[in-house]
Amino acid sequence: MVTPSLPVAAPTTTMEDQAQDVIVFDDVAIAFEDNAVLKGISFRLPRGESKALFGVAGSGKSLILKMALGLLRPDRGHIYTLGQDVTQMREEDLFELRRKVGIVFQESALFDSLRVRDNVGYRLMEEGVSQDEIDRRVREVLRFVELEHTVDMFPAELSGGMRRRVAIARAIITQPETLLYDSPTGGLDPVTSTTIVELIVKQRDVYKTSSLLVTHRLQDAFTMATHCFDPKSNHMQPVARGGRVEVPMTFLILREGKVIFDGELHDLVTTKDEYIREYIS
Amino acid sequence: MAAGDFLSGIEFISPSEFAKKKIQSIQEYSILAAQSVVNLFRQPRYWADVIQQMDLIGFGSLPIVLASVFFTGAALALNSATTLSRFGATTVIGQLVSIGIVRELGPVLAGLVVAGRNSSGMASELGSMIVTEQIDAMRALGTDPMKKLVTPRVVATVVMLFFLTILGDFMGLLGGSIVASILLGMDAHEYWSNAWQTLVFSDVFMGLMKPLVFGFIVATVGCYYGLSTKGGTWSTYS
Ligand SMILES: Nc1ncnc2c1ncn2[C@@H]1O[C@H](COP(=O)(O)OP(=O)(O)OP(=O)(O)O)[C@@H](O)[C@H]1O
Ligand SMILES: [Mg+2]
Repeated sequence: MVTPSLPVAAPTTTMEDQAQDVIVFDDVAIAFEDNAVLKGISFRLPRGESKALFGVAGSGKSLILKMALGLLRPDRGHIYTLGQDVTQMREEDLFELRRKVGIVFQESALFDSLRVRDNVGYRLMEEGVSQDEIDRRVREVLRFVELEHTVDMFPAELSGGMRRRVAIARAIITQPETLLYDSPTGGLDPVTSTTIVELIVKQRDVYKTSSLLVTHRLQDAFTMATHCFDPKSNHMQPVARGGRVEVPMTFLILREGKVIFDGELHDLVTTKDEYIREYIS
Repeated sequence: MAAGDFLSGIEFISPSEFAKKKIQSIQEYSILAAQSVVNLFRQPRYWADVIQQMDLIGFGSLPIVLASVFFTGAALALNSATTLSRFGATTVIGQLVSIGIVRELGPVLAGLVVAGRNSSGMASELGSMIVTEQIDAMRALGTDPMKKLVTPRVVATVVMLFFLTILGDFMGLLGGSIVASILLGMDAHEYWSNAWQTLVFSDVFMGLMKPLVFGFIVATVGCYYGLSTKGGTWSTYS
């Protein structure tokens, strides 16, 4: 019905580009029985950039993140994560690749049977790091998300927002170069959301990670696109209009299994597309 | 095309579809069962999880296995006593109880208890981990759930069921001896030597092979049902 009025970046998937891009989707489609969820999605996430994914509930945003890690295989198309085609890899080889990517699941997905310390330090335990080193790094990363006091608690004893932050801590403890966030602020109050947004901005600006971020709250993504982290005050600061600082942030909107927008904030707010205008208003 | 349209209008599961589903689950189960063994020979191995599961399965089920085999041994002695006394053959009660318990009832009862207590527990535990995306999270964190969750449960069940059966067998014989000596007035020494002497190698061997097989089946079926919970992405795992 509505034809996209903006050019959708056509991904090129030569070997050279793949070295530049941390994630490339090339004509990816997936269906569950009669429900065709994604019908040919293509986009690129260049190194160092953050991309916010939008779409109504059930449009397949979480699926995109899971497919990027090879947790689920598409019916068609290719996905290159850190230059490797995850659609063709065996599960055993994927484990190696997944260690370089952090993911925060929509419902946090903390291990119920493990304490916060063991949840957060899970990857380090798997890598055989010494207990003292794990303790030190877990404390450090919990301090980063401001939850140091929960170290000996079980996930069931935490609130939803705290669990989300623990999940973020678990994803970033090994400082992966790429992070996937699934609705990190979903269902949270504005104050906690801002804390989490600030964490993500901090991660992006201080550690220069690339990230794919699903969110339902447009204002969170706008905040991310217009703020950068100031290490001196330990808070994010608005970027001056017309300033020299470029925030590496793009937006992607899904509709009915297709990408209808993929571009920068400026293009998004000046779009003439009815659906997008309604979405962002 | 036309044939497809025609079929899609009819409300029934086509036999071929049904057969395909069944065969697919057999295939998935076989892969799981095979992998649970193969993983024993691959790094990493999760010994801490094996020990934890052993504690849960072995010590958790110990009292109930002991009690059920004890009373079964006693009941076996009591029931056969009525018939045997008619022929004046109550001296063979020891033989009867020991063959029955060691060859069949010990392994079966221990297996039943572990299936009821632990296999269903595994299915619900892994099922809830699928639904809450903990299995996906585990895979995303670079751990193979087969190695971390399935293999430790299978190993722990096989090993613990073996020992549970041995202890259960002794309790069954003890139950029989108590009935024989207290209610039937038999000499306990006679009962035990009788029970002991009838057992030949093949009885004991069969009786101790069974828990290994039962344990393997109980654990793999429990894990399979847990992991094939609807909504899981596990079945795409190859
Ligand atoms: N394992 C699965 N089996 C069957 N259908 C699935 C499965 N996973 C996802 N779906 C379907 O795919 C669609 C997209 O799901 P997805 O979780 O990606 O949505 P989403 O965009 O993340 O939505 P939300 O904003 O509510 O989180 C849904 O219609 C869902 O029913
Ligand atoms: Mg989702």
